[in-house]
Amino acid sequence: MSDNWTTRLSEYLDETLPPAERHALAAHLSGCAECTATLAELRRVVAQAQALEDRPPRADLWPVIAKRIGAGQVVSLEPRRRRLSFTVPQLLAAGIALAVFSAGGAWLALHGRRPAGPVFVAGTAAPPVWLSAMQPNYDRTVAELRGALDESRRSGRLDSTTVRVLERSLATIDTAIAQASRALALDPGNLYLNQHLAETMRRKLDLLRQASGITQRT
Amino acid sequence: MAPGVATLRKDPASAAAESEAADVALAASGDARAFERLYRTHLARVHSLCRRMMDADQADDLTQDVFVRAWQKLGTFRGEAAFGTWLHRLAVNVILGRRKALAVERGRQSSEPEALDDLTGPVETPGMTMDFEQAIGRLPDGAKQVFLLHDVAGYRHEEIATMLGIVVGTSKSQLHHARMALRRHLD
Repeated sequence: MSDNWTTRLSEYLDETLPPAERHALAAHLSGCAECTATLAELRRVVAQAQALEDRPPRADLWPVIAKRIGAGQVVSLEPRRRRLSFTVPQLLAAGIALAVFSAGGAWLALHGRRPAGPVFVAGTAAPPVWLSAMQPNYDRTVAELRGALDESRRSGRLDSTTVRVLERSLATIDTAIAQASRALALDPGNLYLNQHLAETMRRKLDLLRQASGITQRT
Repeated sequence: MAPGVATLRKDPASAAAESEAADVALAASGDARAFERLYRTHLARVHSLCRRMMDADQADDLTQDVFVRAWQKLGTFRGEAAFGTWLHRLAVNVILGRRKALAVERGRQSSEPEALDDLTGPVETPGMTMDFEQAIGRLPDGAKQVFLLHDVAGYRHEEIATMLGIVVGTSKSQLHHARMALRRHLD
C-alpha cells in the first residue's frame, strides 16, 4: 500500500479528485489489494455514518423552551393530541363558520380594540416576511387544487349541490383573506392579524384538501 | 377510479411540506403552538446533532438554545431552503458558538494528534465493544466536527471550511483521518 495513494482514498471516494489523479489512482487500485480493501472499508464507514439514527432526548424539552420564548401560557400539545373526525357536512359548515368568524375578527382587529399581547413594531407597508416567503408555494398549491376541483366538477364526479356549497365556502374564505390582507397592509405589525391571515390561508388549503378527499371517494 | 382521471390528493411528502410551511408562517407570526409542532418534528435531528458534536450532558441545554434562537430568528427565514435545512444550519452555528465560548473559557485548544492516536490504538477490552457512535465521540474535536458535518450531515468541504474557519484542504485531511480511525469500529 502506498501512503501517497492512501491519503487520497477519501477524495477518490467522494469524487473530488481532479480527473488526472482520479485516473491514476484507479489504475493503482487495480493492482493494489490493500488500497482496494481500505477503500471498501472507508465506503462502509461513510454508509454507516449516513445510517446513524436520530434519537430524541429522554425528557421533553418543550416546557423550558416555551418558558424561554415567553409562551408560558402555551399548553403542550403532547398530552392533548388526539384524532378528530368530521362528516363532510360538518366540514363544510365549519369552513363557512370559520370564514364568517374570521372576517369579523379582521374587522374588529382593524376597527376595534387591539387584543392584548406582544405586537410587532409597525414598519413599512410591505407584506410580512413570512407571507412573501410562502406566497409562491401557496398560490401554486391552491391553483393545483382548484384546477383539479374544476375538473371534477366538469366531469360530473361532484354533484352540483356539493360544488355549490364548496364554492360558497371558498368565496367566503377568500373574502376573509382579502379583508385580513387589507387590514394587515394598514397595520403590518399587528400580531393578531398576522396569525389570523396565516390561519385563514391554512383553512383554505384544508378545505380544498377535504374537497379532494370527497372527490376521490366519489 | 376511472383510468386517466386526475386525483386531487397530494402525496404525503408534499402535504407534509405544505403543512410545515404553514406552521413556519404561523410561528413567524408569533404562534407558539405552531412552533411547538415544528419543535416536535425536528427535535430528534437537532438533539442528535448537539449530542454528537458536544458532550452528551450538554445536549439538552444546547437543544433548548437552538430552538429559542430559531424562534427569535424565524423572521429572517425566507423559504429559500427547506425549514429543516435552515434549522440544522442554525443549530450548527449555535453549537460552534458554544464550543468557541468554552474554548475561550478553558483557555486551551484540543490536542488532536494525541487524541487521534488514542482512538486508532486498541479500543476493545474483554466484554466491552465500543459502538460506532461512541467511536465518533472519541475522535479528536477537529476530525469529529468535520466527519459529523460531512458524512453525517451532508455538508460540502467548502461549507465546512467556512463554518469552522479552516481551509478546504484541512477539512479534507481531517475527514480522511476520521474515516481511517473509524474503520476498526465498523459493525
